[in-house]
Amino acid sequence: MEVNEQIAIDHGLKSDEYKKICKLLKRTPNITELGIFSAMWNEHCSYKSSRLHLKKLPTKGKKVIQGPGENAGVIDIEDGDAIVFKIESHNHPSFIEPYQGAATGVGGIMRDVFTMGARPIANLNSIHFGSPQHKKTKNLLRGVVHGIGGYGNCMGVPTIAGQTSFDSSYNGNILVNAMTLGLVKKNKIFYSKAAGLNKPVIYVGSKTGRDGIHGASMASASFDEKIEEKKPTVQVGDPFTEKLLLEACLELMAGDSIIAIQDMGAAGLTSSSIEMASKGNLGIEINLNKVPCRETKMTPYEIMLSESQERMLIVLENGKEEIAKKIFDKWNLDFAVIGKTTNSKNIELFFNQEKVAKIPVNILVENSPMYDRKWKKSKLPKKNKIKNEVLNKLKIKDVLKKILSNQNICSKEWIWQQYDHTVMGDTIQKPGGDSGVVRVHGTNKAVAASVDSSAVYCWAHPLTGGKQVVAESWRNLISVGATPIAITNCLNFGSPEKEDNMGEFVECVQGIGEASKYLNFPVVSGNVSFYNQTKEVGIKPTPSIGGVGLIKDYKKMISMNLKEIDNLVLIIGKTGGHIDQSLFARTILDEKNGPPPEVNLFNEKNNGESILNLIDKGYVKSAHDISLGGLLVAISKMCIKGNKGIKINKSKNLINEIEYFFAEDQGRYLIEINKEDLKEVTKILNKNSVHHEELGIITQNDMIINEKTKVTIDELKSYYTNWLSKYMS
Amino acid sequence: MKSSVITFPGSNCDRDMDVALKKFGFNNKMVWHDDNELPKSDLVVLPGGFSYGDYLRCGSMASKSKIMRSVINFAKSGGLVMGICNGFQILVETGLVPGVLLRNKYLEFICKNVFVKLDNKENSYFKNLNKDILEFHIAHNEGNYFCTKDQLKEIEDNNQIAIYYCNKEGKIEDQYNPNGSIKNIAGIFNKEKNVLGMMPHPERMIDQSLSGEDGSIFFKNLINNIK
Repeated sequence: MEVNEQIAIDHGLKSDEYKKICKLLKRTPNITELGIFSAMWNEHCSYKSSRLHLKKLPTKGKKVIQGPGENAGVIDIEDGDAIVFKIESHNHPSFIEPYQGAATGVGGIMRDVFTMGARPIANLNSIHFGSPQHKKTKNLLRGVVHGIGGYGNCMGVPTIAGQTSFDSSYNGNILVNAMTLGLVKKNKIFYSKAAGLNKPVIYVGSKTGRDGIHGASMASASFDEKIEEKKPTVQVGDPFTEKLLLEACLELMAGDSIIAIQDMGAAGLTSSSIEMASKGNLGIEINLNKVPCRETKMTPYEIMLSESQERMLIVLENGKEEIAKKIFDKWNLDFAVIGKTTNSKNIELFFNQEKVAKIPVNILVENSPMYDRKWKKSKLPKKNKIKNEVLNKLKIKDVLKKILSNQNICSKEWIWQQYDHTVMGDTIQKPGGDSGVVRVHGTNKAVAASVDSSAVYCWAHPLTGGKQVVAESWRNLISVGATPIAITNCLNFGSPEKEDNMGEFVECVQGIGEASKYLNFPVVSGNVSFYNQTKEVGIKPTPSIGGVGLIKDYKKMISMNLKEIDNLVLIIGKTGGHIDQSLFARTILDEKNGPPPEVNLFNEKNNGESILNLIDKGYVKSAHDISLGGLLVAISKMCIKGNKGIKINKSKNLINEIEYFFAEDQGRYLIEINKEDLKEVTKILNKNSVHHEELGIITQNDMIINEKTKVTIDELKSYYTNWLSKYMS
Repeated sequence: MKSSVITFPGSNCDRDMDVALKKFGFNNKMVWHDDNELPKSDLVVLPGGFSYGDYLRCGSMASKSKIMRSVINFAKSGGLVMGICNGFQILVETGLVPGVLLRNKYLEFICKNVFVKLDNKENSYFKNLNKDILEFHIAHNEGNYFCTKDQLKEIEDNNQIAIYYCNKEGKIEDQYNPNGSIKNIAGIFNKEKNVLGMMPHPERMIDQSLSGEDGSIFFKNLINNIK
């Protein structure tokens, strides 16, 4: 087939990008070469719209062993141990085929982690669906949950935390972000940089089939009414093979055979081989006849662009082929020497003794397009004036009932009960808490992880929203007693070609950068998903932040369930009564405008560190951060999980009662302490200038608010627990 | 006391079981599915997981693997063989214990704590236990135990039901049945009571920081019974 501009455009390339290819090659590419360019230069693989802005994120720190640019980020957790982690999107395929889309998202991120030599020890996910009333929502939710469980459960990796939200902006584009943490010894981390000439290039894992061809290109485009036709671009997962691949890779990694290793994820053999060569400043030669294929008569084009799952590419030391083959044979996996490293700095492909492609590696990587897209700055919206008469008409109990049973607050147990969250025997904080926590096997340490996003805040004011998500991740780690170390981000946005959406991206990234810099909470890995858009309608900007922290002594871990009657609950941080963009404003007042709550990074840092100090001294019996829904929602969850009540003292605060209980001011936590410790705790908080006040005293079973409103613990439970299972039945 | 845990391709609770057995004093060995011979053992455990990806039918391919010939002989000569979760599914496929395990009634994987009631203490697994109700943990998609009426009669006549799903107080009712199992059955014995298959995972309940500690009670008692 003769390649021309129209064929290039059909491959998702722009006209000027095609011209650039011809100019760089000094000739017209053949169809295989064009396929390779389209795979490497699409948004998903090249980050062409985002690179310029991502560069500004803080990525370094004392604990950072590896920042962005590898398969995943790596942080130091002392004693020679390291945690490898990353979050990644699988949004487009999950909308087209929810089970396989979500499953292969989970499979892909676990592969990124064990490619680096780490055994996956925890999975998390952030999933976002359209309005519950939308006709597709229920099936998409069920499919995604089954897919995530189907893959993670079979792999035997616990799913320890997650986040689920519903918003009509996801009606045409759901989000599925999967995160994995792996444990590795610091001196046994594997990278993707090839080194040395004439080293054998090895293909291991599943055979290559025709599934997922152009998956990465599909994920780099908006949806339209013909989206269902894209089903063949969705990969099909086989978690059993991945489990074997995991064990085989770790077995091989125990020795010294591997020079470089890279999983075949988006853009399959194309991107894996090119990335290894590019990082090593080498060439690579592949004989495509040697690639194990599942189907007959596959062409070089198909082999290079297939996104079949559960495959790895390895550069081995010379003479180690037999050792490696024996291991993969034992695990019943394909093993083939398909090529070698060269000094040509080209990628050269052979098929039936003919050279079918030859492209200089640097053209594909360094010369890939980078755009400084136009973007529009957002203004901070004006505050709404909410009249006291409106608030005074509301009954606290009615509001609490509506908010606790709201789809974005209520218990997600229906979801996480379908995920094996206890396999591996180290899960010490299950889903439903502020963070999931797993012990570092065989040690006294534990690792906490949380995944967060606040699309509504980001939509109202991207800069503040970006900061807020990082702060919330930080608070969720603090609340379980973990010292926050680093984050990974999954940036889900609409089309970068639209100034509004690009502006949302730029300013969210700026907010993330500011907060992570201030909190010394660097970004070590991540991914960008643009074009979450159907025709002209994009999603609300949804950066997901995955935070990871360390608990040095796992016995000091904190959970949110109230522990003991007669203990006191303190509010840390100031309640200013910020109602705009709160769940209360949107669901009770039906008010969608106004600014999100302000994020004061000084207070975030100061309050968080002070709480860690109190936890370390043993004063904190339970803790929970105050976020979506506000103060009363936070204490309700603590009551529900601890099966205890609380007598809430009359607030001395001057603001309206409703504002006080449902405002979403940032930087706040609730902590439970012993009465006897009050003096000492107050002293420490005052010394650090941390705003604090008493909320109330823990009782046997009812929540009593200002002596006039009584909500029984059973009522609280029924508000909180029933919505999702009813919706899904 | 010597124990062996078999690793099949796709087993994923083999390490957890190894940790648990060692914690309570077993000298445990991991045995590869493709081996011919079992090492000398006082107890053989078929662990949980997804042997052969649950393809064809849960446990069916693992039941035909090389080591299983040796395990079956060991069981037939009176050796203690315990199958947990996928291990129970494998046992059912070998015919060492009667019945089948179907997909959960609500068609969903379920991972949570459950209470189980012991029915029969005249065996090496539960003898001398001073509790009748234990809190265990389940994590499965196919734990819905089923057998024919005749089989059920035979099982009941021989006291082969090992544990039932129940509530905290030991009430065995439909609402405490997580997966639709006939008669709330969570685990059964062979006729001779040396082979035990059960869906719950005692190895996930061996530490106060985990889901609970009733697994510790079970393992401590088990090793004392074998001694």
